[in-house]
Amino acid sequence: MRYLPLTDTDRQAMLATIGAASIDDLFVDVPAEARLSGQIEGLPDHASELAVERHMSKLARQNLSAGEAPFFLGAGAYKHHVPASVDHLIQRGEFLTAYTPYQPEIAQGTLQVLFEFQTQVARLLGCDVANASMYDGSTACWEAIGMARRITKRGKAILSSGLHPHYVSVARTMAKFTGDVLAHEAPTLTAQTDIDALIAAIDKDVSCVVVQYPDILGRIADLTPLADAAHAAGALLVAVVTEPVALGALVPPGEMGADIVVGEGQSIGVGLQFGGPYLGLFACKQKYVRQMPGRLCGETVDAAGKRGFVLTLSTREQHIRREKATSNICTNSGLCALAFSIHMTLLGERGLRDMASLNHGLAVQAADRLAQVPGVTLLNDSFFNEFTLVLTKDARDVVRSLADKGVLGGVSLGRLFPDAPAIGKGLVVAVTETVTAEDIEALATALEEELA
Amino acid sequence: MTMLKEGRPTTPVAVADAHMAPATVTGNRALMLEEALIFEIGSTETTGVDFAPAPKVASRLGGLERKTIGLPGLSEQETVRHYTRLSRQNYAIDLGLFPLGSCTMKHNPRLNEKVARMPGFADLHPLAPQSTVQGALGVINELAVWLIKLTGMHGVAMTPKAGAHGELCGLLCIRAALEARGDARRVVLVPESAHGTNPATAAFCGYQVEDIPATPEGRVDLAALKARLGPDVAAVMITNPNTCGLFERDMKVISDAVHAVGAFVYCDGANFNAIVGRVRPGDLGVDAMHINLHKTFSTPHGGGGPGSGPVVLSEALSPFGPLPYTARMADGSIHLIEEENVGEEMPQSFGRMSAFHGQMGMFTRALAYIMSHGADGLRQVAEDAVLNANYILRSLDDVLDAPFGTSGPCMHEALFSDKGLAEGFTTLDIAKGLIDEGFHPMTMYFPLVVHGAMLIEPTETESKAALDQFILALRSLAERAKAGDEALKGAPYHAPRRRLDETLAARKPVLTWEAPGLAQAAE
Repeated sequence: MRYLPLTDTDRQAMLATIGAASIDDLFVDVPAEARLSGQIEGLPDHASELAVERHMSKLARQNLSAGEAPFFLGAGAYKHHVPASVDHLIQRGEFLTAYTPYQPEIAQGTLQVLFEFQTQVARLLGCDVANASMYDGSTACWEAIGMARRITKRGKAILSSGLHPHYVSVARTMAKFTGDVLAHEAPTLTAQTDIDALIAAIDKDVSCVVVQYPDILGRIADLTPLADAAHAAGALLVAVVTEPVALGALVPPGEMGADIVVGEGQSIGVGLQFGGPYLGLFACKQKYVRQMPGRLCGETVDAAGKRGFVLTLSTREQHIRREKATSNICTNSGLCALAFSIHMTLLGERGLRDMASLNHGLAVQAADRLAQVPGVTLLNDSFFNEFTLVLTKDARDVVRSLADKGVLGGVSLGRLFPDAPAIGKGLVVAVTETVTAEDIEALATALEEELA
Repeated sequence: MTMLKEGRPTTPVAVADAHMAPATVTGNRALMLEEALIFEIGSTETTGVDFAPAPKVASRLGGLERKTIGLPGLSEQETVRHYTRLSRQNYAIDLGLFPLGSCTMKHNPRLNEKVARMPGFADLHPLAPQSTVQGALGVINELAVWLIKLTGMHGVAMTPKAGAHGELCGLLCIRAALEARGDARRVVLVPESAHGTNPATAAFCGYQVEDIPATPEGRVDLAALKARLGPDVAAVMITNPNTCGLFERDMKVISDAVHAVGAFVYCDGANFNAIVGRVRPGDLGVDAMHINLHKTFSTPHGGGGPGSGPVVLSEALSPFGPLPYTARMADGSIHLIEEENVGEEMPQSFGRMSAFHGQMGMFTRALAYIMSHGADGLRQVAEDAVLNANYILRSLDDVLDAPFGTSGPCMHEALFSDKGLAEGFTTLDIAKGLIDEGFHPMTMYFPLVVHGAMLIEPTETESKAALDQFILALRSLAERAKAGDEALKGAPYHAPRRRLDETLAARKPVLTWEAPGLAQAAE
């Protein structure tokens, strides 16, 4: 057994030290009826590294990976090129095999990274402070709604129809148990976002308005009027960013008055990974920092006066406050935060702007090309790297047919909003720097055949 | 030209102690390199990534072009150096024993890293058409089968993203099950020794939390629990083996009593490593238990996550699990139950608790780990983990107080207290002394039921030689703390930093970097 170092000689010597006759003596506190006399039946024995790798390779080959096909899926998870050095660095054992930095004297590597990460995230989202990460964008979104409830002491949240439907589902699940009232409708296929409707819906009972930027259909709107309206009613504006690369080109929500900005950080450094692990980003105004969920890293000095970093403000957290904590989160997404931070450091402002320009430029070219396909209409006036096409057929069927042709052509609104048949002909198409001119042509051709 | 007769000195010259460690102008100490922040060394003009030129198009950003961002960049070499230098300021399992009790810091096999990075898994979109991701769904399904069989349970919810998220999932299932029978119970009972996440989770789901006391021997007080059980109790959350390192002998009796009043048993599975392959929680009457894949099944902790917390469920709770759910069809294909088909296939599901399928990158690693061990190896894991912990307990209980040392063998972790240390010496001093000796400290001051608790979990992947060295170091530190060796209060001396001022950090929080001039102006 290659991972278990004890030999039988060791085991006998150790049992003698303990004063036990056999291993079974160490399990005497297990009630006899629950003690298994031998190994569990119906499961295979141990396997060699080669055998395991062979099995996993076989399963991996049954999938069509994003890199093998013209690929246009987005809707909350984006394929971006991650530089080779990112994965090399996160695999250093000192990062990979460390724990949460509870002993700061021997965890300054992780802690300094978190301090840098928090600063990068705060600047990217246009906020004062950011935490050390959440599980993913959807759970960060729910935590923001809970935080707004604690700050405003109100229990009604308005969710934009442009918010990712899975984020809405997560919030609905939690609200069933916390008693929060959530107002939400499915989107309509218009070029304009629902900002005006949201403003009209705000009243004195509202804790927060939650709006996605760019929204699930790729549309972009200035959030300033919404922030003003929310604040006038004593409510908060929570903005959700599922594609952080967009903020290399777009004014960030924090600069438009959002009080809490959360996001999915997967685009930078993390990769697609079939949905997880991902990286919840969470940032807010300075005045709300003590109501934040999750870990925070702060600067301090050591006994010799040198700058150092520690986890701080932990009186908000479960291990100190138990049932009075701001959240039950413990383990977060440390290694994904590291990957994000390394990728962002490699990019820098210049690289991020270049990346955003390339994404937007290719997306504009793709949108214009696809809009020429008979039976395809481009919904959006504004978009960053993702837009919605309205087809003449149910987009779910089209997506499946395209997959059979080896083209991963987008995400259908039918899959995202199964209860809203009125928008079933919508197809959300994402175009990142990984898309080539040939890919765009392949999608256009396949769509043309499918819609003919 | 004359040749010099003297060459390079090859024998070190003895130097008086006072001159052994003069300060360096850089602050570096040979291989221990100080590293500035990226905001101090990078610039917004520098980048380590090249892109193809962007097509010249008219912007469609809705007139919201961004002016400034303020993110510094580094070239690739500077980036590699920055993070490599920082990495060397971390302790890690790859460097040595990491005996954090309740955290299960075991070896992270590198095969698991390799398989997780196979493009067929790593480069898959969560919303890709199901016909194109059958292998990925197969991984989820295979792992689910292992977890169900290893625990003797009925079903498993795979989507929770960490242990605490799994607790949430379990309690949401319980609440949904109670509501389905029109039963609005309000109370969750939690032992005093529980992880902080347990009461936090129960409160987060809207429950009123009440403590259950422990007996002097460190187990749940069965009489007190039975006395409190009633029609208002929704669930009891129990950790087994518990955080004192002991197996709850009365677990089956507790479960029966809980079920008798119509409530459910939630088991915190953080300590499953002690019993995997030897005991099935399903045989003890558990209704829901999360499994930390990042503990028992060795997916790396990564400096604070990602974790993964699948929840195994009893037959009574399985219908209420979260979306998406995988189901194997008669033809062998696997399909997803999502919002689209939940009405027909899983109408009582409580809904979605995260955006996608859970921690796929952890599923591939955990499956590789489980297959590598097999049913025989996993049983050996529990045996060696328990053997190693008892070896530490009995090798040190003459110098350190073991509060439950007479309560029977420990399971996978050994618990000591600060009783008997000299006046003014604490668990913290011993922990910091361990740092100088080259070990990560144990979990300290937890569980809360023991004064100055030191909770030591060596795991099965430590050799006897590594344990012996750790025991030697801890014995020496215990003796120094009992003898009142003042020098111990200054430890660590040899780490990248001395003890850090956590009070200052909390009183004047500095959570982001600002340019020095700006920071002063703000004050």
